[in-house]
Amino acid sequence: MIIDGALGLVDVEEGIKAIPGANTIITTLDKVINWGRKSSLWPVTFGLACCAIEMMAAGSSHYDLDRLGIIFRGSPRQADCMIVAGTVTKKMAPIVRKVYDQMPEPKYVIAMGSCACTGNVYRTYSVVQGCDLFLPVDVYIPGCPPRPEALFDGIIKLQAIISKERMRWSPLK
Amino acid sequence: MEPSKIADTLNSEFQGEVIAVKEFRGQTGVTLKKDKILQIARCLHDTPEFMFDYLRDLCGVDYKKIKTPRFEVVYNLYSMTHRHTIRLNVQVPDKEPIQSVVSVWKTADWHERECFDMYGIVFEGHPDLRRILMPEDWDGHPLRKDYPTAGPEDGEWGGFKEVLRKSEDFKKFGWYNKK
Repeated sequence: MIIDGALGLVDVEEGIKAIPGANTIITTLDKVINWGRKSSLWPVTFGLACCAIEMMAAGSSHYDLDRLGIIFRGSPRQADCMIVAGTVTKKMAPIVRKVYDQMPEPKYVIAMGSCACTGNVYRTYSVVQGCDLFLPVDVYIPGCPPRPEALFDGIIKLQAIISKERMRWSPLK
Repeated sequence: MEPSKIADTLNSEFQGEVIAVKEFRGQTGVTLKKDKILQIARCLHDTPEFMFDYLRDLCGVDYKKIKTPRFEVVYNLYSMTHRHTIRLNVQVPDKEPIQSVVSVWKTADWHERECFDMYGIVFEGHPDLRRILMPEDWDGHPLRKDYPTAGPEDGEWGGFKEVLRKSEDFKKFGWYNKK
């Protein structure tokens, strides 16, 4: 424990200080906002293929995404995270993009499964070769389909990314 | 009724329409010319001894570089009453239409649309012959053997190009601070 000389501040974590006895912490706005964002990721209920089954398994009681503060929302307007779970076809791409565009900022994208990451074995006329062609993907989860544990790992990685963000409060000029 | 007997009856009823009758592992397939397919379908559906009231499947085959005529339309028929089954392989040359059997079996509607979408086989008399799987403004018929598997190199579908353009345009609205 490091105690700051003048005020008697205690380092709780990197960038977070507490005043002992005063029930007060001192930190940056970034830290507080990022903590709030990463602890309440609300993904939009949206599945495209077999990965969605695995996503549903992760959301239900055995694996229980709720304990990470993750609650699936039925409307993109209430969501801040999109899990692209499954094969994105070219015919579906405009719809996926529309769902993404309807989400309010800040918003994050997880590409779940090999199809969403790269198109997988479907090097064909109708399949998009990776949804990062038209979406800004934050986390890629490989696997065909990835187990719920892999999805959890991806979400925890996304939380780590969110907690390192700085000044994500408005469009960059 | 035995499927081979049905094939024999077809042969005598429609002179010159049956090209071959094949038996393999208890399945009977009748290869037919395309011109009288609607009459043959009507006959198989209506005759009390046949009673083929269920069209199990209708699909296309592309035999490019394997045999001529190029295409085949395959009808898998089943009778709920008599529990017998038969397969019709109808030969369709390239760029020639075939009669639609929607008037006999309603279920043929979407099957024929799919067959048209994937192979470009035109079904004459179909009530609504549009694409069913691919986007309406798609170019080409993807399951043809001369269609490149990964799609044509030069001709990306316009709808997807639009998505790519939009995603580029909308970047200025994003709260990006990661790149």
